[in-house]
Amino acid sequence: MNDLALHLLDIVQNSLVAGASFITIEVDENPAGNLLTISVKDNGRGMSPEQVQKLSDPFFTSRTTRKVGLGVPLLKHTAEQSGGGLEVVSVPGKGTCLTTRFQYDHLDRPPLGDVANAVVLMISANPGVDFAYKYTYNGRSYNVDTLQLKEVMGDLPLNDLYVMEMIEEMIKENQSDLKVCQIR
Amino acid sequence: MTKIKSLDELRKRKQQLEQSMEIREKSNHPESLVQIKVAMATCGIAAGARTVMNAFVEKIKKEKIPAVVTQTGCMGYCYAEPTVEVKKPGQDPVVFSYVDVKKAEEIVDKYILNNELLDGILPANYQTI
Repeated sequence: MNDLALHLLDIVQNSLVAGASFITIEVDENPAGNLLTISVKDNGRGMSPEQVQKLSDPFFTSRTTRKVGLGVPLLKHTAEQSGGGLEVVSVPGKGTCLTTRFQYDHLDRPPLGDVANAVVLMISANPGVDFAYKYTYNGRSYNVDTLQLKEVMGDLPLNDLYVMEMIEEMIKENQSDLKVCQIR
Repeated sequence: MTKIKSLDELRKRKQQLEQSMEIREKSNHPESLVQIKVAMATCGIAAGARTVMNAFVEKIKKEKIPAVVTQTGCMGYCYAEPTVEVKKPGQDPVVFSYVDVKKAEEIVDKYILNNELLDGILPANYQTI
């Protein structure tokens, strides 16, 4: 995995497999506090305490197509080598919340990558699932969710290529705004 | 054109878009579209599935193909990632392996547009008698 946006795509795939219909993604860049936090919360089927415990075991997986499950172990490793950690809270039948923290200026922290593009890809690839995305930079936030977007788009599906392009542009504009205003 | 920042601006652009585009009844007839499914599990993503997915989006936009790009999980072909399943309307799905940007364009040009098969179809041992 080259950047954290790819890890995000990977972790969200877990939520999708767990049958989630609403997924909340939060990315909090906090250079002032030297912390980068990414969290994914879903309303999927959740996991038992035993399953949560085994999550960081690369040879544990609920799937049947292969014997290894590397998504969470890889992310955990990356977080820990960057002076952070990974934490999973899950309630069977309710959902799961996964949070990773990274030391912002740690030499081994991978770049955040193109999160806006990752979010748009997830939204367009899963029309049946609703997403909420919150991006924070030094305490200032930008929120967007698919319920709003669907309302705006009316009968145009969110996986229309031109719609995807517009949404990505909007998210990126707002994200870079948050940063620009800080410097001023 | 100025960049979109708010939902209101997004709404305006959507209206402009609707006026300019031909009527594509996407949501009503998903079965009449080419479905491109990119495998996006850990194995796929690590092998570059996101780049491939973006490449497909760009290419079908360029060629104006009525298609949707979605994602699936791991099919067990981790060694051959990134894998892409293409389902043309009324045909059986075909899975392509080791897809990169170049191969993605080839799949669109050859298979989707001209019904011509390419190397690297999974499973590799499939044979008709």
